[in-house]
Amino acid sequence: MLRIAVLALQGAYREHILALKREGIYGFELKLPHQLEEADGLIMPGGESTAIYRLMKKYGFEDQLGCFFKAGKPIWGTCAGMVLLADKDTGMGLGYMDITVKRNAYGRQIDSFEETIKTDLGGAKKEFRAIFIRAPKILRTGKNVQVLGSLNGEAVMAREVNVLACSFHPELGPDPGIHDYFIEMVKNNKGEN
Amino acid sequence: MEKGTIRVKAGLAEMLKGGVIMDVTTVEQAKIAEEAGAVSVMALEKIPADIRGAGGVARMTDPEIIVKIMEAVSIPVMAKARIGHFGEAQILQAIGVDYIDESEVLTPADERFHINKWGFKVPFVCGATNLGEALRRIGEGAAMTRTKGEAGTGDVVHAVRHLRAINDEVKRITGLPKEELMTTAKELGAPYELVVYVHENKKLPVVNFSAGGIATPADAAMIMQLGADGIFVGSGIFKSENPMKMAQAIVEATAHFDNPEVLARVSRGLGEPMAGTATSSLDKAQMLSQRGW
Repeated sequence: MLRIAVLALQGAYREHILALKREGIYGFELKLPHQLEEADGLIMPGGESTAIYRLMKKYGFEDQLGCFFKAGKPIWGTCAGMVLLADKDTGMGLGYMDITVKRNAYGRQIDSFEETIKTDLGGAKKEFRAIFIRAPKILRTGKNVQVLGSLNGEAVMAREVNVLACSFHPELGPDPGIHDYFIEMVKNNKGEN
Repeated sequence: MEKGTIRVKAGLAEMLKGGVIMDVTTVEQAKIAEEAGAVSVMALEKIPADIRGAGGVARMTDPEIIVKIMEAVSIPVMAKARIGHFGEAQILQAIGVDYIDESEVLTPADERFHINKWGFKVPFVCGATNLGEALRRIGEGAAMTRTKGEAGTGDVVHAVRHLRAINDEVKRITGLPKEELMTTAKELGAPYELVVYVHENKKLPVVNFSAGGIATPADAAMIMQLGADGIFVGSGIFKSENPMKMAQAIVEATAHFDNPEVLARVSRGLGEPMAGTATSSLDKAQMLSQRGW
C-alpha cells in the first residue's frame, strides 16, 4: 500500500490528506521526523513558511528529510512548502531543488488571486484553476529543472528529478490533476506501475 | 486575475491553521512573535487586558502603528475594526492589512448591524459565541470565524464554553432530518443555505479559530483538542513574565496539541503567565463576548 506523509506542523495539511483520500491514497500527518520512515512520498503543505521552518528545525527534521531526499523518494512542496525546498536564498531553503524563490512576491493578501494556468504534466497539456495566496515567485530555475506550469510566461510549477514544487494551492480546489501527477511519481518510484 | 474571491479570502485562513496569531502593540513585539513562530500578528494600540483596564472608547489602532508593523515582519498582519464600523474597515483595507477582525474587543459602532463584508477585497474574521452567530457572520461575508472567549482575562472558561457550544450545535444539525433544517435556521437566526452546508459537511463553512482567555501552552492544547483550527493569543504572551519563551511554548503546544510529552516539556520553567481576571468576577456589562448581534 502506498503511504504519503504530509508535513503537519502547521498549515493546510488536512486538505492535502483529504485530496489524497479522494484519489484513494492513504495520507498521514507527519508530526515527528521518525514517522518519515513509513512514507513512500512526502508533501510539504502551504502555511506560514517561517512558522513551519522554525518547528522543523526545533524538532530536528533536517537529517531525516535529507536521507529521504537522497534516497530519491518523491517530495512535493506547495507555496510555503516550495519555499522550504528551494535554495538558501530566503534563509529557509533546504536546497533540495535548484530554484531561487521570493516570498510573498505577488503582494499582500489583497493581491492574492485565482487564475487559470497552463500545465504540462507528462506530455498532457492542461489548464488548471490555481489559487495563489500571498504566493512566492520562482525567480530562477536551474538547468535540470523542468517547468511544468506557468502564468504570464513565469514558472509557477517545476520539477527536478524527485522534487516537485508549485507556488499555488492545488489542495484548495476541486481539480485532482496535480495530486494525481504526484501520486504517479510516488508509484513509479516505488515500482508499483 | 480574480482577486478577493471567497476561495482566496478563506484560503488564507486555511494557511493559518494549526498556528498561533499573536496580539502585538509594537514593532519589537511583532518581531518577537514572528521569531517565536506566530503565523500572523494582530496589530493593536493596546492589548485587550489594557483596553479593559483603560476604559473609555476603544477604536481602530492608528494606521501609523499598523503600517510600521507590516513593514517589520513578513507574516500576515491583521488589525481590528469596531463592530459595524465600515469606515475603519475601509481604512484598514486601504493600508493593505491582510485580515480585518471585526472585533467585540473594541467598542461597537453600530448597535444593530455588522459590516457588509462582501463589499471588501480583504478578508474578515469575526467572533462568535454560538453557531447561529457564526453563520450570521459568514452570511455577511466573513471568511473566518473565531470563538470569542472573554478577551483580556487569561481565563479560558469562555473559550471552552463557546467552542463546545458550536461543536454541539454542529453535531445536532448533522443528525437532523432535512425537513427540520428550515425551522432550525429560523431558530438559530442563521441563513438556511449555511445550515444546510453544516448538515451536509458536518462542519462550519470556514476555518474557526479560538480566542479570548488562552494564556498557557496547556490552554492552547486543550482548545485544539476540542476542535479549534488554531489559536489567537492576546494578552497571554506580552503580559507574561517571559514573552519569547511563552510565545514559543504556545506555538509548539498548538502544533503538537495531541502529544502530552511535548506539552509537558514546553510547559516547564516558563515563568509567570499573565495574572488574569476570573471571568466569574465580571459584571455582565464588563463581558466583551456579549457584544455582537
